Amino acid sequence: MKADPRDVLTGTYYIDGDVAIAYGALAAGCKFLGGYPITPSTAAAEAFARKAPQVGARFIQIEDELGSIASVLGASWGGQKSMTITSGPGFSLMMENIGHGAATETPFVIINVQRGGPSTGVPTSTGQADMMQARWGSNGDYEVIALAPDSPQEGFDFTIKAFNLAERYRVPVMVMADECIGHMTEKVVIPEASEIDIEPRRFFKGKKENYKPFKRDKSLVPPMAKAGDGYKMYITGLTHGENGHPLLNKKKLPDLDSAEVIDKKSTNRYLVEKIIKNKEEIIELGEENLEDADIIVVSYGIISRVAYRAVELARKDGLKVGILRLITVWPFPDEKITELAERVKGFVVAEVNYGQIAFEVDRCSRGKTNVTLVPHGGASVHDPDDIYRAIKEAAAEKKRYKGLREYTTSMELSVFGESLEEKYSK
Amino acid sequence: MKSSLKKEKHPMEKLLRMDRIPHIWCPGCGIGNAVSAFAEAVQKLNYDLDELCVVSGIGCTGRAAGYIKTDSFHTTHGRGIAYATGVKLGNPELKVVVISGDGDLSAIGGNHLIHAARRNIDITVICVNNFIYAMTGGQVAPTTPNPAYTTTSPFGNFEAPVNIPRVVEAAGAVYVARWTALHMRRMKESIIEALNKPGFSFVEVIAPCAMYYSRINRLGDGLNMMKFYYDNSVIKHGEPTENLDIGYQEEIIIGKFIDRERPTFSESLKSWKEEHGKGGEGDEE
Ligand SMILES: Cc1ncc(C[n+]2csc(CCOP(=O)(O)OP(=O)(O)O)c2C)c(N)n1
Ligand code: SF4
Repeated sequence: MKADPRDVLTGTYYIDGDVAIAYGALAAGCKFLGGYPITPSTAAAEAFARKAPQVGARFIQIEDELGSIASVLGASWGGQKSMTITSGPGFSLMMENIGHGAATETPFVIINVQRGGPSTGVPTSTGQADMMQARWGSNGDYEVIALAPDSPQEGFDFTIKAFNLAERYRVPVMVMADECIGHMTEKVVIPEASEIDIEPRRFFKGKKENYKPFKRDKSLVPPMAKAGDGYKMYITGLTHGENGHPLLNKKKLPDLDSAEVIDKKSTNRYLVEKIIKNKEEIIELGEENLEDADIIVVSYGIISRVAYRAVELARKDGLKVGILRLITVWPFPDEKITELAERVKGFVVAEVNYGQIAFEVDRCSRGKTNVTLVPHGGASVHDPDDIYRAIKEAAAEKKRYKGLREYTTSMELSVFGESLEEKYSK
Repeated sequence: MKSSLKKEKHPMEKLLRMDRIPHIWCPGCGIGNAVSAFAEAVQKLNYDLDELCVVSGIGCTGRAAGYIKTDSFHTTHGRGIAYATGVKLGNPELKVVVISGDGDLSAIGGNHLIHAARRNIDITVICVNNFIYAMTGGQVAPTTPNPAYTTTSPFGNFEAPVNIPRVVEAAGAVYVARWTALHMRRMKESIIEALNKPGFSFVEVIAPCAMYYSRINRLGDGLNMMKFYYDNSVIKHGEPTENLDIGYQEEIIIGKFIDRERPTFSESLKSWKEEHGKGGEGDEE
C-alpha cells in the first residue's frame, strides 16, 4: 500500500532529526502520539503536535512515560497506528509496557533519542548506551526490532520503516536515534506519497466467533482485530494461549503440568520465533569493502559517520578495512558476524558506551577473531582518529589475541580534556 | 429435574465469559458483586456490546476484564486508566470502562487517576476498595484504615488512608458515588448513571477481602464483612467528600456525592478542532 497523500509533507526541508522523525511518523500513517516531554526528543513531539490536526492525528501529553506508553498500546488496539517518543530515563519508565506490548503482540513504535550517561545523564548531549536496554529491558523473554538512523533523513525514513515492521510483525519497534541526530539540522527529502510504501494493518477476515487473537498462520504473525469491531477479544499480559486467555487458571491447573503448558501451549515461544525466523527479511545492514577486508569496523547510528572518516584515513594508509553498519541492531546479525569472523583479522567496534554491541560482536565471533572495542562515555562522540588508531593497531596485530579488548585511548573524554589515568595520578 | 436445571442459563450469559467460569475469586469476596452490578447495568442500558470495552489493571479486581464478554484488556499494574485513555482516543466511538482495585488505581496508578479526572476524559471507573492489596497476599494499601493489620503493617497501620472520592472530586471528576458490595440495586443504578454521564465518572465499591483483610483482622468471613459494611453504612447523598474518610470498622458514608457538568475531553477536543483542524479532510470523529 502507498502512503496517504494527506499524511505526507512532500518537499525538501532543512530540519533537525526530531522534526524529521515526526514527519516520518505522519507519513507512515501514525494517528496517535502519547508522549511526555524529555530532552533531546521534545522537538519531535512538538512537531507532531503542530501538524496533527491537519491529518486527523492526535497528540496527547500524558502525565508520565508509564502512562504515555500505556495509552499508545490502548490506541493501537483502538485501531490506530501509534507511537511514543522519549529519551533514556523515559525509556526506562516504559520498559514494563514494552514487555506488555511484546507479550500481547501490539504493534507500535518507540522513538528513543538517546542521551549520554546513566540516570538523567547529560540531557542535551549524546549517547548510545540504551542499546542493551532496548533488547532486554523488560522482564521475560521476547524479541523486538530496533533500528539506528545516522541522520535526520534516516530519522524520517526509519520511522516509516519502523511502523511498517511493527505492523508486519505485530511487535514494538524502536528507533534508537540519539541526541546528535535529534538536534542535527540537515537536508531531508520527503518524497511523494506514491513513493512511500506503507504496511497496512492485517485484520482478521473470518467469522467473528472463530477469532482467536493469537492464532497464527505460516507467517507466525496472527492477524489483528480492533476494539469495537465485535470480536470480544481478551488481551492480557499474562502468559496466554492462542485464544488470549491466561493458561494457568484454577480450572486447568490440576490436570496439566505447568512447565509443559508454558512451553507447548503458550504463545511465549512465538514471541521469539516470529522475529528470529523472519530475521533475514528484517535485518538490514550497510556493507562496504567486506570482501577483501582484514579489519571490519562495526558501528551504528551517528558513530557510523565518524567510522566512515576513520576508515577513509586507514585506507589512505593502505589498510584493508571494511565497514559493517548495523541499520537493524535488533535482531542482531549473528550469522553475518560469525561468517566474517572466520576470515578477518579483527573487528573494531566503535560505540558511544563502554561496550554493549561490542559484546554481541564478540559473542558472535566465537573466539575466531579479535574484537576491539573503541568506547566512549557519551556527551560527545569519538574523534575519528581514535577509531583510526584502533584500526591501525588491530591491523598490525601479530599474535592472534582472539577475544574482546578495549582500546582505551578514547576514554580520554573530550569533554574533560584529560585521560582518567592522568586525572587520578596527580 | 436434574436435566432441566442443567439447561437453565445464567441470566448474565450474554455479558459474561461463561467458559472462564469458575472464576478465581474466593467465596465471600465482594468483587463479584461489583461485576454483577456492572453487568446488570449494561444489560439494563441495552448497550450494543460491540461498542463497550473494559480495561483492568492488575490485582484480584483486575481480573474482572477477563470475565466480561466485551473487548477487554488486562493491562499492567496501575496503567489501566492510561491504557483506556488510548483506547478511547484510538476509537472514540467506544464506551470505555475501567474496573480495578483500590491499590491499582490509587497507589501505583494514582497519577493517571488524577489526570484522567482533570482531563474529564469520557470513561467510567469502577474501583473495588477492599482496603488491602489482595492479589499479592494482603499487604497494606493506601486505603487501609488505622490501625488495621496487614502483612506489611504487622503492628497495625498508622499511615493516613486516602479518601479516593475526595481526590477524584478535587481533580475534576463529574460523577462520584460510593456503595458497599451489598447495595446491589443502588450500585447498579449508580453505574447506570455513571455510564450515562459524559466525562470522567467514578464509582467506589466497598468490598470485603475474605481471604486477607477479614482474616488477619479477625473480622469473620466475607459475608460477615459484607454484612458489617452494609449495616454500618449511612446514605448521605451530596455529602461533602472531605467527610468521606473511612475509619477502622466505623461508619461508612455512602451515596452519590458529585454529579456536575464540566466540558468533557471529547467536547473540548471537538471545539478545539473546529478552531484548529481546518483543512484536514481526514479529520473525522
Ligand atoms: C509493577 C508491578 N508491581 C507490583 C505488582 C504486584 N501486584 C499485583 S496485584 C498488586 C496489588 C493489587 O491490589 P489492589 O489494586 O488493591 O487489588 P486487589 O487485589 O485488592 O483487588 C500488586 C502490588 C505487579 N503486578 N506489577
Ligand atoms: S484474595 Fe480477597 S480480594 Fe482476592 S479474590 Fe480472594 S477475597 Fe477477593
